[in-house]
Amino acid sequence: MDITKNIDMKVERQDIKTLSECKVVMMGITKRFPGVLANDHVNLYVKRGEIHAIVGENGAGKTTLMKQLYGLIKPDSGTIYIDGKQIAINSPSDAISNGIGMVHQHFMLVPPLTVAENIVLGMEPVKGIIFDLNKAREDVEKLSKKYALHVDPDVKIEDISVGMQQRVEILKTLYRGADLLILDEPTAVLTPQETEELFEVMKNLKEQGKTIIFITHKLNEVMAITDYVTVMRLGKVTGRVKTKDTNPNELARMMVGRDVLLRVNKRPPHFGKKIFEIKNLWVKDNRRLDAVRGISLEIHEGEILGIAGVAGNGQSELVEAITGLRRVELGKIIFDGMDITNWSPKQIRRAGIAHVTEDRLKYGLIVKYPISYNFILSRYDERPFSNNGFLDLNAINTKADELIREFDVRTPSRDVLVGALSGGNQQKVIVAREFHFTPKFAVIAQPTRGLDIGAIEFIHNKILEMRDKGIGMLLVSMELEEIFSLSDRIAVMYEGEIMGIVKPEETTVETVGLMMAGTRLDGGHRANDS
Amino acid sequence: MNWLIAIVNIFMNPFFYKSMLNKATPLIFASLGGVYSETTGVVNIALEGIMLAGAFASVVFTYITGNPWIGILMAVYIGAAMGALHALACVTYRGNQIVSGTALILLSQGATGFLLQRIFGQPGSSDLVKTLPTWKIEAFRRIPFVGLIIGDLSPLVYIAFICVICSHFLIFKTKLGLRMRAVGENPESADTLGIDVYNVRYFGVIMSGILASLGGAFLSVGQLGQFTENMSNGRGFIALAAMIFGNWKPFGALGASLLFGMAESFSYQLQTQSILKLPPEIKYLFLMIPFVLTLVVVAGFVGKTRPPASDGIPYEKE
Repeated sequence: MDITKNIDMKVERQDIKTLSECKVVMMGITKRFPGVLANDHVNLYVKRGEIHAIVGENGAGKTTLMKQLYGLIKPDSGTIYIDGKQIAINSPSDAISNGIGMVHQHFMLVPPLTVAENIVLGMEPVKGIIFDLNKAREDVEKLSKKYALHVDPDVKIEDISVGMQQRVEILKTLYRGADLLILDEPTAVLTPQETEELFEVMKNLKEQGKTIIFITHKLNEVMAITDYVTVMRLGKVTGRVKTKDTNPNELARMMVGRDVLLRVNKRPPHFGKKIFEIKNLWVKDNRRLDAVRGISLEIHEGEILGIAGVAGNGQSELVEAITGLRRVELGKIIFDGMDITNWSPKQIRRAGIAHVTEDRLKYGLIVKYPISYNFILSRYDERPFSNNGFLDLNAINTKADELIREFDVRTPSRDVLVGALSGGNQQKVIVAREFHFTPKFAVIAQPTRGLDIGAIEFIHNKILEMRDKGIGMLLVSMELEEIFSLSDRIAVMYEGEIMGIVKPEETTVETVGLMMAGTRLDGGHRANDS
Repeated sequence: MNWLIAIVNIFMNPFFYKSMLNKATPLIFASLGGVYSETTGVVNIALEGIMLAGAFASVVFTYITGNPWIGILMAVYIGAAMGALHALACVTYRGNQIVSGTALILLSQGATGFLLQRIFGQPGSSDLVKTLPTWKIEAFRRIPFVGLIIGDLSPLVYIAFICVICSHFLIFKTKLGLRMRAVGENPESADTLGIDVYNVRYFGVIMSGILASLGGAFLSVGQLGQFTENMSNGRGFIALAAMIFGNWKPFGALGASLLFGMAESFSYQLQTQSILKLPPEIKYLFLMIPFVLTLVVVAGFVGKTRPPASDGIPYEKE
């Protein structure tokens, strides 16, 4: 064993004396992708039996590091020690046989197969040549009892909740005998209650001697559940602290490299007249099932109405119906005194509704166009950008330079293809386009999905700035924190219906969480369709 | 009224059902092949070309050896080889599966046409070769009516049915089958569990080659005793329709193949009904029946049945 590395380790993490105290040591891990140094000599020390957080902004290299530990990609250089022994991990099979299990950010489940089939897949019990489903079912039940992870082995994955799918993922790793669990942003898809349940499970696993690596960028979760934190930024480790010796502000500073305002400063609202109204709206999804079921809402000038809810409860269809991308089956959308139901997207934009799309790359931008063209996508056929059918490049370029300055888009030039920008700067391009041409109303979906703290701060401030100018907004977000900090009122959607409308200062995350899981504000549970 | 009598006549005739089984057999083999390939996530429109190659190979080797069973065995090898070629293009090199399938069809048509002239010295059709003798199964033959249908058929007909049962067992009751389904639905998930996605896909595609080739061999040494140019004649595509209609499941594919077989058999039987006094050229219209049925089925059922989620999408490891 390399002695120098041991010394190095004790300097970097003083609460560890020997290598064998560590479940995992990753030493000098370097991984280069074309054009990016994803991991730059990263050292990671995880003590046996602890819950170890790895925090960092998007692109900090957290997931890349973990994929190397799980054998999905190979490091260019560096060594990995498990239980004090140096090992080579060339494939997930190697990781599994070394007791490493990973729960991926996007679940790796096979929807038409049952819970039991998914858990045993790859290590199936057999009787002769027959796959022994009964044995699989028994094993799953035993495991589920032992770790208090409740699942029903016989239902298909496509029929169960996200929370249960996550339990299946955890059981998958335990079935393979994992004693080190890597959880990659496990709370991103959960309701607050499900997050609480997950934390209970994690504590329970820790008590049973498992080691857990918990990847996240939600600092309150780090404070709530972990023992030790490793902070990463731009592929390097920028901090190692015991959770009890730190605080969210310090962690944020290590993640971003400067002081960050974790809470936005929201001025008291000044509501104007009613600018936007939805009456008994019904919309179908792509499978022709009712996705929005009789929603009614109204929004005033200078007001932000936040829509909270777990993804897939009709929010996307609602946004698409308002912006003219999806047919309204029944009901009315009234904007500024006009009935705009089933108008074309162009008519709706002309009327003065801006739309920040939920998927930047798919709907919000043309990634192979330069920044300057992306700025005028909604106005390319209007003066001054278009003259008798010809584009006026001077006008376009002047506008581009102005917007790049105003919205702080970090780019070498206006001619850079939007696809080459970072997520945060791409989002700034969209927000600039949508906010600059002074709308009267804006539909904003997932404005900060996947962005880092710095960019989130900027976008949030822009949204509030617009609100204070008297623009009404409908804000759809999966991030409850975002909904709480920006909204003047919060409407919670569940299976296409509004469970209730509350004011953020008069409610709690728990109440909203219950509504996200289908409990009405007035107490009743949503009636089943039939 | 005459039509009613004619139709009753047809449905009372055991040979109508026997002909249905014979017409359905190549479709059963090929659609079952499609099930294997697409269950693991690879679209195989090359079925048409592989059938043709199987038909040709079995005739050539029967011609050389005088033993149709050796012809069949060689068809299995040729089918496996063509399946492997498709897998090489689509799995290993992640090529477009439709392009690769089309290329294999064209390759097969060109190669069989060329070799036909080289080996038999004439275009259009081969010399006659020995056909596979039928199996006379006494236990079946004693049953009235039914015995006339299933008591005396080509061994490949019985083998087709056995293949359906075995495939159902393999896909739904074994470890390998579970892995095939997982790979076709979500290859990434299978990969993270240490399952070799490429191996499983190779297995599926090669099996589809073998089965489609057997379907082709049935057309030539199983029935006609001769190879004629382009004798698969669109059956590979009808088999794909049967696979879709059968919801990507072995018994579903069997049922759909039998339906198509019945349509084809029906169109022939109709021509023989003298009571209808049909003009002879009507047969060209009747020959369309199976294809019209295909169109109806594909238009009516695509979207209602559900393909494997990753069907047709190449899998790329990071």
